[in-house]
Amino acid sequence: MPRDLAHLSDEALVALVARSDEVALGELYDRFGRVAYGLARRILRDDALAEDAVQEGFLAAWRSASRFVPERAKASTWLLTLVHRRAVDLVRREERRRTEMLEARDEAAGGPADEAVWLRFERERVQEALARLPDQQREAIELAYYGGFTQSELAKRLGQPVGTIKSRMFTGLSRLRELLAEPEAEGRERWKPTPSTS
Amino acid sequence: MEADAIHELTAAYALDALDEHDEREYEEHLARCPHCRAELTSLTETATSLAYGVESPTPPPALRARIIEQARSERPNVVPLRPAWRSWPAAVAAVAAAAAIGLGIWASSLSNSLDRARSARDQQERILSIVSDPAARHFSLSGAHGTLVVSRTGAAALLLSNLGHAPPGKTYEAWVIQNRSPLRAGTFTSAAAFRLTRPVPDHAIVAVTIERHGGVDAPTGKPITAAQA
Repeated sequence: MPRDLAHLSDEALVALVARSDEVALGELYDRFGRVAYGLARRILRDDALAEDAVQEGFLAAWRSASRFVPERAKASTWLLTLVHRRAVDLVRREERRRTEMLEARDEAAGGPADEAVWLRFERERVQEALARLPDQQREAIELAYYGGFTQSELAKRLGQPVGTIKSRMFTGLSRLRELLAEPEAEGRERWKPTPSTS
Repeated sequence: MEADAIHELTAAYALDALDEHDEREYEEHLARCPHCRAELTSLTETATSLAYGVESPTPPPALRARIIEQARSERPNVVPLRPAWRSWPAAVAAVAAAAAIGLGIWASSLSNSLDRARSARDQQERILSIVSDPAARHFSLSGAHGTLVVSRTGAAALLLSNLGHAPPGKTYEAWVIQNRSPLRAGTFTSAAAFRLTRPVPDHAIVAVTIERHGGVDAPTGKPITAAQA
């Protein structure tokens, strides 16, 4: 029997998935499969490997949904973290792709023709926030999250002490958090180009 | 590693960028540090927003089907999605129909935001597929009026009469006990029929206890009712 779960919250869907409800799993996929696939593709630079990462991530969710703690993360964050983890595990076995990633620039700025409006809006918002980070912080964060490099790998690659890389990630991610929390309209005026030192 | 230094690892951990050794060390620290746990929750949210910063083309349609198919094959309780109404022997159908009358008051302890009516209907379908299985075995409960029904696949339902609503702030919790070790099998606050969330192997004991709201990992009191499969 087809069921329409569109009105349920993401967290409610995870509660159903914890009860082995595959219709709820399908609904979660319909909501986040596309973002998950885009992320995995960016990390792995390979469509087939990206599919593997998405599949493994969603199945990890299927198996561990009963351990999901709503107080600790939004359901979407939990799910995308699982997919990210799988993609990073895969890319660490594929050294070549990560090297390509260092040179590769993002595809055409327009985005896919059938991209939903809110996805495009979200993408531009995140990219703008990233662009406002100091270069070295942005580099550390992008290479870690999209490149799958560990902090000690990055230290070696960038010729810096691990402590420096660690600080760049911490300061950069904290700053990104502030930037993303700023209301759209006031964001630019309020921003001052001094990196926070927490 | 000194305390300040390890707090800073929160960002690298949120980005999945720790080496194995540091990751273990950080996780040990995390268990003891509420400050880092709160910070990690927040920074993980930020890190995950990066997932939305890249282009998301439509994934191949076959991917969805593959995931669902694989999930289904891993499912602990394999019950048909649609009860085979027409194939029921008349007597079994009558029993199932009688059980279904009571199902209307089934209520789960799922999160409040769940649409209870829909999940109840789903639960009802699954219970019907268990009690309508002509090969299912029935066991009388001790301590309460009711029956444990176990299908061929091990999927099981409790049919209870006059159990009453769980006390305020409490829930009923079902257990499947094998070799003296109880495994959680779901919670309910008020039910005429409840489908266990895990299969019941031959000779296992099914028991129900009263626990605090939300359920617990191991039974804390004596069973109010039990049956051996």
